[in-house]
Amino acid sequence: MLRLPPFRFLRPGSVDEAADLLAEHGDRAMVVAGGTDLVPKMKRGQMEPEVLVGLGHLTELRAVHATDGGGVEIGAGVTLTAASSDRRVGADHPAYTRAAALVSSPALRNVGTIGGNLCVDTRCNYYDMSVEWREACGFCMKKDGDICRVAPASKHCRAIASSDTAPAAIALGGTVVLVGPGGHRREVSVSDLYQDDGQFYLAKAPDEIVECLRLPPPGAWRSSYVKVRRRGAIDFPLAGAAVALAMAGPVVEGCRIVLTAVGSRPFDVSAAGEALVGRELTGRELTGEDGLLADVAAEAAKVAKPLDNADLHYVWRKQMTRRAVVQAIVEAAGHSPALAALA
Amino acid sequence: MEVPDGRELLRLSVNREDRLLLVRSHATLLEVLREDLGLTGTKHGCELGECGACTVLVDGTPQLSCLLLPAQVEGTAVTTIEGLARGSELHPVQQAFVAQGGLQCGYCTPGMVLAAKALLDENPAPSRDEIKEALAGNLCRCTGYAGIIEAVEEAGRMLS
Ligand SMILES: Cc1cc2nc3c(=O)[nH]c(=O)nc-3n(C[C@H](O)[C@H](O)[C@H](O)COP(=O)(O)OP(=O)(O)OC[C@H]3O[C@@H](n4cnc5c(N)ncnc54)[C@H](O)[C@@H]3O)c2cc1C
Ligand code: SF4
Ligand code: FES
Ligand code: FES
Repeated sequence: MLRLPPFRFLRPGSVDEAADLLAEHGDRAMVVAGGTDLVPKMKRGQMEPEVLVGLGHLTELRAVHATDGGGVEIGAGVTLTAASSDRRVGADHPAYTRAAALVSSPALRNVGTIGGNLCVDTRCNYYDMSVEWREACGFCMKKDGDICRVAPASKHCRAIASSDTAPAAIALGGTVVLVGPGGHRREVSVSDLYQDDGQFYLAKAPDEIVECLRLPPPGAWRSSYVKVRRRGAIDFPLAGAAVALAMAGPVVEGCRIVLTAVGSRPFDVSAAGEALVGRELTGRELTGEDGLLADVAAEAAKVAKPLDNADLHYVWRKQMTRRAVVQAIVEAAGHSPALAALA
Repeated sequence: MEVPDGRELLRLSVNREDRLLLVRSHATLLEVLREDLGLTGTKHGCELGECGACTVLVDGTPQLSCLLLPAQVEGTAVTTIEGLARGSELHPVQQAFVAQGGLQCGYCTPGMVLAAKALLDENPAPSRDEIKEALAGNLCRCTGYAGIIEAVEEAGRMLS
């Protein structure tokens, strides 16, 4: 039996107390919400916290409610199942509920939380292995070693940002509320939660806890999320594109494109979508005859520099990033995904 | 509840029986079920959340016992495969798995049956796609899945 190493489990009475406990125990402690990312990683020795600060019992983190301006606030402890089946969130922000529904498997989504999904660890074929495998192969810089096995010349870890919901939340203009020690709160854009470093991928302080995700009112924005993976179940994304389009009838007034699983952070490549602004998305554009969507997707995917550290070939993953962008644009514009096959 | 010496006092119900257990803080529900309670019907495959062999129902929803910490199941009602039959009478989902050949070696079966039961409790007439989605996290290395899907359809008919 693959067992967890011993640790102390603490049950704070509130999120504020949880942040205080993190500060008190320093880098020996981590928070655990659903544990669907952390527990397997502790079993494989990828993470070795001596103290776990539990969030699962905090009902204050488990609410979904409307905000004054017509947006929505989703508590960090809301499960992916609850978030993905919330009708109101789904009607306003389909990219978000779709992304949440595409994470892992039903049993994992029943336990895994939206806060844990935003903070989910980066992934790499040289890292997501048992401690015995990593020892035999040679440890890498992300844990216990000092070089990167996939890109030995790299000064930093290139593990892959693999959250499905993060790109959707960014494309939708989402923010998170972070709670630090002493009850100190600040609100940052979801995009500012990340930095392009596979080892230190979160830009927040280690003792800050995500309290909730806020999505603004959708207005004219429509959205979609497209995920590429080997199996249509369980697998993490090998590429993913979240697209939000502000539409005035068939005319695009704004376009946001955010990619996941193509680097160590989600990439906001909305600049590539400028070419769509002012254009109608109805006929030739959608069927790909005029090459518009292919050009936008090629520009968007420029930042994608997949390495040989995930499932399937990295050249194919880059190609599929472009396809995912095209499909997400077609879907966000309210059309059938089948059209994307043509574009 | 944390008690000294790296242990927890865990109160939960397992198969409709209330239990008060002294368990290691770092023992997963899978270990508690198999080792402390001797309920070896819950299988261990990957022990990393990838196969679904360890699926149990926690308050009626399928969850992976290999990843659940004692604190996460405090005060819950857990159903394992041992809790499904009434005496010698198998649950309709179990009967349908037998009738439709929804198993070969049987290792994935406890998890499959429980995930299927949870689906049918909510939706007694699921479509094939809904069945596939509900069982998406349960891997079977033997059957090729066709018999399993037919068994769930059959069980739905028996239950409604
Ligand atoms: C087989 C398998 C497949 C998976 N597939 C996918 C997939 O397709 N897509 C995907 O995105 N994920 C996937 N996951 C990862 C994981 O299940 C999800 O990301 C899940 O949402 C994590 O949530 P959690 O509550 O279980 O997080 P936990 O495991 O509790 O925590 C994850 C990390 O976030 C931190 N954390 C948790 N909550 C907070 C908070 N509120 N504030 C600050 N830090 C916090 C923890 O300290 C930890 O570092 C998969 C996991 C498994 C085992
Ligand atoms: S990218 Fe390099 S340093 Fe990072 S986990 Fe992979 S091998 Fe290790
Ligand atoms: S043993 Fe729990 S999912 Fe495989
Ligand atoms: S019957 Fe053998 S694994 Fe499913």
